[in-house]
Amino acid sequence: MIPELGQIALLLALAVALIQSTVPLLGAARSRADWMAFARPATQTHFLLVATAFACLLASFVRNDFSVLYVASNSNSALPLAYRIAGVWGGHEGSLLLWLMMLSGWMLAVAQLSRHLPAPVISRILAVMGMISVGFLLFMLSTSNPFDRLFPAPADGNDLNPLLQDPGMVAHPPMLYMGYVGFSVAFAFAIAALLGGKLDATWARWTRPWTTAAWSFLTIGIMLGSMWAYYVLGWGGWWFWDPVENASFMPWLAGTALIHSLAVTEKRGAFKSWTVLLAIIAFSLSLLGTFLVRSGVLSSVHAFATDPKRGLFILVFLAIVIGGSLALYAWRAPKVGLGARFELVSRESMLLGNNVMFVVAMLSVLLGTLYPLLLDALGMGKISVGPPYFDTVFVPLMVPVVFLLGIGPLSRWKKAEIPDLWRRLRWAGGAAVLAALATSWLAGRITFGATMGFLMAFWIVGSILVDLWERVQPAGNVKASIFSRLALMPRSMIGMMVAHLGVAAFAFGISMVKTYEVERDVKMNVGDSTELSGYTFTFRGVKDIRGPNYDGVQATVEVLHSGSPEVVLRPEKRIYRVQRNPMTEAAIDPGPTRDLYVSLGEEVDGGAWIVRVYFKPFIDWIWGGCLLMALGGGLATSDRRYRAKQRQEQPIAANVGTAS
Amino acid sequence: MARLFAMLLCCLFALPGVAKDAAPATQDPVLEARMLRITSELRCLVCQNQTIADSHADLAVDLRNQVREMLRDGRSEEQVLSYMTDRYGDFVLYRPPVKPATLLLWFGPATLLVGGLCALVLVLRRRSRLADDQFEPDEFAAEQREGAT
Amino acid sequence: MKSLRFIAPLAIFAILVVFLFRGLNLDPREVPSPLINKPAPAFTLTRLDDATRTIRREDMLGKVWMLNVWASWCVACRQEHPVLVEFARTKSVALIGLNYKDTRPDASGWLKQFGNPYDASIFDSEGKVGIDFGVYGVPETFVIDKQGVIRMKQIGPVTPEVLATRIQPLIKELNG
Repeated sequence: MIPELGQIALLLALAVALIQSTVPLLGAARSRADWMAFARPATQTHFLLVATAFACLLASFVRNDFSVLYVASNSNSALPLAYRIAGVWGGHEGSLLLWLMMLSGWMLAVAQLSRHLPAPVISRILAVMGMISVGFLLFMLSTSNPFDRLFPAPADGNDLNPLLQDPGMVAHPPMLYMGYVGFSVAFAFAIAALLGGKLDATWARWTRPWTTAAWSFLTIGIMLGSMWAYYVLGWGGWWFWDPVENASFMPWLAGTALIHSLAVTEKRGAFKSWTVLLAIIAFSLSLLGTFLVRSGVLSSVHAFATDPKRGLFILVFLAIVIGGSLALYAWRAPKVGLGARFELVSRESMLLGNNVMFVVAMLSVLLGTLYPLLLDALGMGKISVGPPYFDTVFVPLMVPVVFLLGIGPLSRWKKAEIPDLWRRLRWAGGAAVLAALATSWLAGRITFGATMGFLMAFWIVGSILVDLWERVQPAGNVKASIFSRLALMPRSMIGMMVAHLGVAAFAFGISMVKTYEVERDVKMNVGDSTELSGYTFTFRGVKDIRGPNYDGVQATVEVLHSGSPEVVLRPEKRIYRVQRNPMTEAAIDPGPTRDLYVSLGEEVDGGAWIVRVYFKPFIDWIWGGCLLMALGGGLATSDRRYRAKQRQEQPIAANVGTAS
Repeated sequence: MARLFAMLLCCLFALPGVAKDAAPATQDPVLEARMLRITSELRCLVCQNQTIADSHADLAVDLRNQVREMLRDGRSEEQVLSYMTDRYGDFVLYRPPVKPATLLLWFGPATLLVGGLCALVLVLRRRSRLADDQFEPDEFAAEQREGAT
Repeated sequence: MKSLRFIAPLAIFAILVVFLFRGLNLDPREVPSPLINKPAPAFTLTRLDDATRTIRREDMLGKVWMLNVWASWCVACRQEHPVLVEFARTKSVALIGLNYKDTRPDASGWLKQFGNPYDASIFDSEGKVGIDFGVYGVPETFVIDKQGVIRMKQIGPVTPEVLATRIQPLIKELNG
């Protein structure tokens, strides 16, 4: 009964989405207010219907309804409740429903929070999002229906893949999809602008908070995926340049370029057609990622059950959506104006330099990811492109980006003076070099790679400090304390600084871990110890354990730090009863300056066990940096000027502290 | 009595804290490290999303042993890589070889970067040569305050 | 010239779609063999049925032959085995089995149970010869010509279609 309800809800949602994507659009073209008025109610109805369908699938999982094929394939009655819930998006069909749920949510948010947008604009935006929904609904209903039944219903299900039975699994896909789908908002804004012919700074001001919010979610989603790999996969790695990881990283790179490009367009009305193109590209990469993961075109550890028929559907959908939007771009963009004037050396041009580099980085990742397919399709043999390629190509690209990150925020709009920047930043630069060398030396040895990484981190910090210092200086006749001057800083500025600080933390963490990480593989009998970077690991034996849906062994390892007890770690090896896969559960002690990581290998003769022990300095700064970036994005999104109530028609902001 | 005393003496020597230092998991940690470094750039043919260093597949275990043997026999890294590619082709290398088919791959990014930056400079130069009336009114011309975002 | 840069994204995307479409028909997991049209690797292995006798690569020169890699633990081998048994009856080509990473009792027992299409099986318990042949997934089958050059490799089970469309025509051609 419940699955049927879900099925009906999806069919009705399709009907509503079809109305939503056509009627308001025609209304905008013909200036028919009554047709445009369909947009918001349709969006609200669409949300209710999709939410109903989602709730039905969720209920089927929680109730262990194995007559639903998807539930039977991805769940089991012994599966803990949290993972039965996460199982909703553990497989292909359910994850599509999650995508759709997110899309409905974003659509609703846009509908509710955009009273200040003119009717034709909001109509077009919601219509475009409706079209995307139509595509996904058709895809689901024709090839990937989560409500398909299984007769006779099996007594119990196949269980969720043990790799997915982890807290990270619960949060990673939803956050990721919030990001992917969020870029559809920027996309819809861009298409609406191209259709309506009105593309100006105001458009950029409307688009920016949505885009920054989506970007923040995507940042968290990618961060969670990386953390999950680290905790679950048992080899201590956190990024492998796997095709599906790249599929999430490319929209992020394009999205980062986009949020910076929007700054130029909002502030100066310049490079509008470029920004629109980036908005189209960012969402297109989200869709491309969906294709790559589900079509079987690339082999990946993440890939869903692949099926070329599904792949074809998505490809056609891709061709229509992306091809259509790029065709619209080719037709309409030439007519868009140039915006305001600025010099070759100015904040605008530096932001555009940032854009060039992020787009090149994105294209490089795309090239590496698709190259094996390219050669194979041309009959030129099969190659693999992995971390050695991406590390070699990507990292050098980021160095100029970070350099610009230091000087951009301090540059003036319209015209910046290099000697002036030099004068303001030379002490920060010098201090950064010294700090980098000192850090390398303190960490143990000075290497080029680590020092460069630290230099990048300290350069960013130095630049932010200079920026703050300049802002708290008394200006003109206005006498105010340091604190009140700081408090007057707009949130978007604080957000920028926090996000950039996140980049610095990220660079610092990576440099530390990659260069100064220590690993040891030892054979341990009960009572044996090994020493690593001041920590002593003592093996106390193993015992058998029994979990809700797995059996295994658990080792006890006591850790001492300079003699005093630090932590007790319990790595495990498990076999999940239904799917019979062996899993290694590493034991990790996280900390602000280091992670201690222990994983259990094989048992060898004599009752000893192979144990792998890692000391990973500052690895949590990698994810802390991502968190700061997302926080910065969140702060920027909540800047006062975006809130509709306080909005006046004139976008000129001449007061101290409100311009951003 | 003497036996009791002997037992007590043994207990003293069996105190915790006098832990034995664990032996390395392998006979030759240096060789092992070399092997892992080489095999971490090789793709496991069975679990194709892991390196031969990390994979638990039987073939990966066999190939790791093979590499250990070859290194012990004094073979170089190039010889190990040739051994792999002779049998499995370039697919087994995670670092694609530089050859005519992969020139675009290896030199593409740098070319794109140079091209992109040149394009940017050219576009900006061209803009600066345009007359003022080609541009839209500068609403923020009043905004000369240093450092406003 | 100006409109060129606006059309470029669409043009690039169109090319991308073509490649992605081609990609739908390709299998990214299949590893083609670099040994095609190269001499078969040298090997000397004992026979499965008689550990005192060996078969070497040189013993097979002068005739067209097939090397089929199999094991008693391999589930997919059971799929192709009836096809091979049937094919062996035609006696059109010498069929040697490479018993890969197996034990003599298990392997012999398996052949007794499912039939023995092989002129002989050679015993590669450590898998070294398999590695030399670039074996990564059992079953795999090679067709080798009179000069000892590998001419074809089939990855995965041999099906009647593969036999009819690729293997048998090739054998006919190699036999002259």
